[in-house]
Amino acid sequence: MAVSVNEAVSPGPVQDHPPPARRSSGRGRAMLEVALLTVLAVVMLFPVLWMIETSIKENRDVYAVPAKFFDFEVTLDHYRDVFIASGGGRSALSVSFLNSVIVAGVSTVLATVLGVPAAWAYSRFTLRAKKDQLFFILSTRFMPPVVVVVPIFLMYRYVGLIDTALGLILIYTAFNVPFTIWMMKGFVDEVPAEYEDAAMLDGYTRLQAFRKFTLPLLVPGIAATAVFALIFSWNEFVFAIFLTSSENVRTAPPAIAGLIGGTTVDWGLVAASSVVFALPVLIFAYLVRKHLVAGVTLGAVRR
Amino acid sequence: MSSPVHLSTGRPGQEAPATPPAPGRTSRLSDRGLAVAFISPALLLLLAMSVFPLLWALYLSFTDYSATRGDAPQFVWFGNYTAILTSAQVHLRALTTLIYVVGAVGLQTLLGFTIAYLISRRTRGRGLLTTLFLVPMMLSPVVVGLFWRFMLDAQFGVINSMLGSLGLGQVEWLTRQRTALISLIVVDTWQWTPFIMLIALAGLTAVPKYLYEAASIDRASEWFRFRTITLPLVWPLLLIAVLFRAIEAFRLFDLVYILTSGGPGVSTETLSFHVYKVAFLGFNTGTASAYGILMVLVVIVLTQLYLRYLSKLKED
Repeated sequence: MAVSVNEAVSPGPVQDHPPPARRSSGRGRAMLEVALLTVLAVVMLFPVLWMIETSIKENRDVYAVPAKFFDFEVTLDHYRDVFIASGGGRSALSVSFLNSVIVAGVSTVLATVLGVPAAWAYSRFTLRAKKDQLFFILSTRFMPPVVVVVPIFLMYRYVGLIDTALGLILIYTAFNVPFTIWMMKGFVDEVPAEYEDAAMLDGYTRLQAFRKFTLPLLVPGIAATAVFALIFSWNEFVFAIFLTSSENVRTAPPAIAGLIGGTTVDWGLVAASSVVFALPVLIFAYLVRKHLVAGVTLGAVRR
Repeated sequence: MSSPVHLSTGRPGQEAPATPPAPGRTSRLSDRGLAVAFISPALLLLLAMSVFPLLWALYLSFTDYSATRGDAPQFVWFGNYTAILTSAQVHLRALTTLIYVVGAVGLQTLLGFTIAYLISRRTRGRGLLTTLFLVPMMLSPVVVGLFWRFMLDAQFGVINSMLGSLGLGQVEWLTRQRTALISLIVVDTWQWTPFIMLIALAGLTAVPKYLYEAASIDRASEWFRFRTITLPLVWPLLLIAVLFRAIEAFRLFDLVYILTSGGPGVSTETLSFHVYKVAFLGFNTGTASAYGILMVLVVIVLTQLYLRYLSKLKED
């Protein structure tokens, strides 16, 4: 509502000063803009729709040339194949989804437990070189994963963490902690420190004041931050592919990527597993849409 | 910190008066202890998982260590660095990366800002539009890469199918030298245009309305308003978004890995992908470490730039 200038978008009568000629040109321009937006929206959404469509197509329609947009046979076989192996029992993909849930969940909890108190301390206390510390913390998040993974790989090989869920959890926690601290510091800054001062005048210790007064007010912020951390871990691929190899440890992204390894690719299955993989992310992202700007800039930019 | 006025607003503190008296002198000390106790676990984890590995990589970068050979690393000092900096192969990868970063981030900025500007001029349906546009950004690069690989397939891909029904020729998107890099840029643009859009939109909606009202009273032209009000106010935020994307694009690996695996030939091999090949296919761990350290230096410079603009933005 802020930027829209006197464009006659609403059908309501616009009587004021713009002369009729100018109004009609404004309307023409508005229509042009709407048309342009529609085209852009279609282009942006088409791949997603095509993915969903492919996931419910019969195999011969998946490979049809020219591509079939509407008249195809609907099947849910691909979705069944995501979860159930061809001989019955659980499929390798479903195991990897479960691994993803565990790895992403545990690393998110750990990052929250480590990050929230640190964020509070950074927000409340005057510390030496606080700004430098915070910048250092954020910059660890910007390291190229391919570079970090080389020494991490050697380190893990040395201590026996290669191909373990714990190894992935640790590295995911480490890359979510900077985000959690930056994101949560913004939320803590919004809670007036005076609440804690008042509580301490009443005789509470600083820690009690944090636990009883500030923490409850931070719960929505913690939830939003945790959701973003969950999405980052869930989507992560580089560490997963280099640090794990066996089927019962592998998370979903390398498992889905592994589907295109052979000579023939079952694109219906790829599409179905991609949809299953992406759906929770989209739902979670919708839940935290108010904090998206802060979330996707790792807590650096806030409105 | 800002207003120390409302100390006595009735916060839920009133129900339990049975509390110890305020410890006056020790509180300062325990504050320090509390800060250390709260911050050090997080910092220790970062030291162990981010700083220590980088220091190890720094050490390895001066040696001829190979992860597959058992023998102890021998020091070669700056041998790895000179080898990398003078290698024509590396120069080619640097050029590819530059084209990719500039092309992708440039396109994203142009498109993202256009979409944001168009959305900000709408009065209805803005929430829905924004949400729809944001979908690609939330997807995993794996999903994005796989799916575009299917869509760009030369035989049964939907893009060629559409080109065919328009009467245009077929394009081997991912298997020709020239088009493969363009495809990579297109896919990255598709995924990250929403990012620029989101941040530009945040900037655009924050422009105070009265500025436009004042400008329209002065009968300033649309272009004049855009140039003198909109752009200067949105630019700082947009710059942050662009820098952020540039860092991300520079360190990108997964999309290349899935979409083209660096091919055909080496036409889409970015620096990240080359490091991976040296480290995990050539097992020249020492060289790869030096290569990685050099990349880290570039990232540090970019990050410093980013953080500087960020703190400038915050001070305003």
